[in-house]
Formats: sequence, structure tokens, C-alpha cells
Amino acid sequence: MKIQSSLPLSMRIAGPMLIAVLLAFVLLPVVVVTIASFNAKAIISFPPESYSLNWFARVFTYPDFREGFRASMIITGWSSFLALVIGTGLAIAVKSLEFKGKQTLLAILHSPLVVPHFTLGLGLLILVSQTSVQRHYGIVILCHIMLVLPFVLRSVYVSMENLDARLEQAAASLGASPVKVLFTVTIPLLAPGLFGGWLFAAIMSFSEFTASLFVTTQATQTLPVAMYNYVREYADPTLAALSVVYIVVTATVLAFANYFLGLGKILNIEDNH
Amino acid sequence: MRSDLRAWLVSPAAFIALGITVSLLAVLQFSFRTFIPGSLDVGGLTLANFTGMGKSIYFDAFSNTLLLSIETTVFSLLVAYPLAYALVRVQSRALKSFILVVSITPLFLGEIVRTYSWIAVLGSNGFINGTLRALGLIDGPLTLMFTHVGVLVALVHVTIPVVVLMLATAISHINRDFEKAAQSLGAGPIKVFVTVTLPLSMPGILASITTSFAWTFSAFATPQMIGGGRVPTVSTLVYQLGFSSMNFPLAASLSVMGLLLTASALYALGFFTKRLKAIGGH
Repeated sequence: MKIQSSLPLSMRIAGPMLIAVLLAFVLLPVVVVTIASFNAKAIISFPPESYSLNWFARVFTYPDFREGFRASMIITGWSSFLALVIGTGLAIAVKSLEFKGKQTLLAILHSPLVVPHFTLGLGLLILVSQTSVQRHYGIVILCHIMLVLPFVLRSVYVSMENLDARLEQAAASLGASPVKVLFTVTIPLLAPGLFGGWLFAAIMSFSEFTASLFVTTQATQTLPVAMYNYVREYADPTLAALSVVYIVVTATVLAFANYFLGLGKILNIEDNH
Repeated sequence: MRSDLRAWLVSPAAFIALGITVSLLAVLQFSFRTFIPGSLDVGGLTLANFTGMGKSIYFDAFSNTLLLSIETTVFSLLVAYPLAYALVRVQSRALKSFILVVSITPLFLGEIVRTYSWIAVLGSNGFINGTLRALGLIDGPLTLMFTHVGVLVALVHVTIPVVVLMLATAISHINRDFEKAAQSLGAGPIKVFVTVTLPLSMPGILASITTSFAWTFSAFATPQMIGGGRVPTVSTLVYQLGFSSMNFPLAASLSVMGLLLTASALYALGFFTKRLKAIGGH
């Protein structure tokens, strides 16, 4: 490439080195926590003198983590699915229909990007405490939908921008009803973007902590909340082991998504020019 | 038919918007109510929650959160810009994928895993102290936990992935012809970057400032776990008041103040953006 080859030698070396250092900074805690998780000692200490897999065994037997995982799966499953359905519907409506209060609606739905999560969590907690609504799964799911919806909307918009409107017009001119066009043309064409949006929403919801801390109870405690409570009680490396499991699963999912779908395309960061 | 379709597409989203609005109104309403100790009920209307906010404990939390938010924004931009630039411009697909997965994985780990990992790095027996001790550079441990710097480093790490994504989106939409034009007119690589690439990525930079400021303001687990109560922030104070003292009205009024502060910071940012554009003559 011309621009790069015209750089002086010092800059051609400095650039990659800078990138390597910055990537090392991003990776440092991940690497350190991985090494710490194999430490036989019951406290975090560096470097480990002896190694053991005990903490991994404890991760899978500690009841709060199992319960937390179950609760997180229920909450993540429902909130990411509903956010996807609601977000897709709205994105299609915003693009093709005119209705009153469109801008206001969008502004409110995007507000959780800047409204602190503890404020939304506190608001829901106050509502629940003032009404006879039980603090059950429904309220946690509602809370998570609010928080992940802006991300789903962004992802659906990006794929709608790349959608060729002539395909929809062709279907309509051949006599398909608006509902039929929606289900046979628009949604199938949007599928990769929708999957990306859903994946994003699911991982965000699974890891959400601050608002969950306010709206969950012992019965609906999510995995991150259970992890937070664990750190406050114990200092052993169990959480390091759980973090490693978390990191491995997340990185694998992302690497697969990148391989099969092209995350760059879904996230709209391909170099188009 | 058409209005039917519209109702189906829009009403669920309207319901969620209603939920957000009602939650925020509940916070606003509670911020003006009297606290009744030992009860979840609240008393009559009062301004005491706000007038009492001059106390140093609240002032410290606000000034500290504001400072942390500004510092985090600056440092995460400095770290994320080179990463985003490399992510978009690197030619090798494998290298591109590697940079992408490494820089965005932390985003999906959640605050707890990331913060806990930093405890393993910063703790008195952690990576940094262990390494320095093994090298014989220090005798006693350096205090990195429970400090402003410790919290800042972990917060920067939290915001990097989302800033990388926003900057990468902006950089990838820059038309390369502008850079080539500048180059063919004799500009060196640094001049091309400073006068063409950087200004054209401004939308991404502004979006990053907004998001990183809001995220830092919102962060709870990081200041709580790494700061250990010695680095007070608005979020940790709201949690303490809400859960230890059950003082929902005071927690609510702190939230309202926090929201006002965030809103004015974002408004100021928008104002400067417009001024910047006016000066630039776009």
C-alpha cells in the first residue's frame, strides 16, 4: 500500500510496536487472572509457587454460581429475544412509516446509553417497592431489555442501510402484501445483522451487573451479582477460575462469530473505500 | 391494514419507552420526599435532600467522579485511536481479526470479571508487586489498590473496547481519496493524518467522548471493588444510601444531580462541537 510504504523506517517500526504495547495492556489482566486461577494457594499471589485445579472444581460445585447461571440464562434468553423482536419491529417502522412522536420515542429508547445504570436500577426498585409487583424475573427482564435495546437498534439500522429497497419494491409490485414482504423479503435479508444484534444483546445482558444488583433478589440473582457477592466474602482464587471460564467461552463465541459472519461487517467497521 | 401493522411494530417499543420514563420519574419524585428511617415508605415533600448536598462527602463524590470521567475519556481515546486505526487499515485479514477479537473481548466480560482481573494485577501480592519484588526493585508492596490511579487504570480498560468500535466505524467511513489527494499534493504521512484523517474521524471521537463519559459515570463495581470505599464516587454513594441505610430519597436526589451533571456535560460537548464546526466553516 502506497501510504504505508512512503513512511520512514522509524515510523514503520514504531507503529506496530505501539499497537503491540496497547494490545498487551488490554490483554494483561486476562493473562494475569488466568495464571492466578491455577495457583494452589488460597490467596491471589504472584508468581504462583504451586499449581492446582481446585478452584475450577469449586466454580462448578458452588451452589450460588449454579443458581446464578440458571437465572442469568433465563433472563438473558428472554431479554435478548424480546429486545431483538421489539428492536427489529421499531427499526422497520421508523424506516418505512411516519408516526407521531417518532423522534421522542427514539430519544427515550436511546437514553439508557447515557443514563447511569444505577439510576435506572434505583427507579425500578422504587417502582417495585411502591406497588404490589413482585421483584421476580419479569422486572429483571424488563430492565435488561431497556439496557440492550439501543445496541440492537444500532445493529438493525446498519444492516437496513445496506438493504436494497428495490427487492422489497419488486416483491410488492408482484402483488405481495406488506406483511408478506416483511416476512419473505425484508427479514431474511436482514438476518445476519439481526443475528449480530441478538448476539450483542445476549452477551451484554449476561454480563450486566450494576442495574441487576438493584433489581434482583436472592431468587433471581444473576451470575455477575453472585460473583460480586462471592468477592465480598472470600479472597480465594475461585473467582479467577470462573473468570477464566467466562473469558474462554466469550472469546470463543466472538472468534466463531467473526469467522462465520464477519464481525467487522456486523459492527460496520469494514474499510469500504 | 397499514395502521394495524404500525401498531404491532411500534407498541412494544412504546411500552419499553414508557417503562424507562416511569422509572426516571419515580427517581425524580423520590428525590423530593422525606426519608422515614427503617421504612420503605416516604414522607412529604421536601427540598432537604438537595440543600444538604453541600456537605463534603457529597461534594467529594461528585468532584471525584467528574475527574475520573474526564481522565478516563482522555486516556481511553489515546489508547483506542491507534488500535482502531490499525483495525481498519491493517491489510492482513488474520491480523485484523486478532486485533478485533482482542480489543472487543473485554467489552463482553462484564464489569465484575474485568475488575476482578485488575485486582489480580494491582493487589499487594498481585502481578505488578510480585514482578517488581522478584526483580528486587522493591522491598515492601506498592499501594496500587484503593487508589485513584488504580481505579482510573481499570476504568480506562473498561471503556477501550467501545471507544475502539466507535472510532473504527468512523475511520472506516473516511473516503480514502481525500488522503490520496492530500498526499499527491505533497503532504507527508503525518500531515495527511493530522489535517485529513483526524478531522474526518471527528464524529467518532465525539461519540466516544459521550459514551466513555457516561459509562465511567455509571461504573459501580470498579470504583467499589478497586477503590474499596477510599475512592468515593456517585455510584458507590447511591448504592450505600440505597442498600445500607435504605435512604431511597437521598439516593434518588444524588441520582438526579448525577443525571443533571451528565446532561450538562453532554450539552456543553454539543455546544463546543457546533462552535468547532462554525470555526471550521463546514
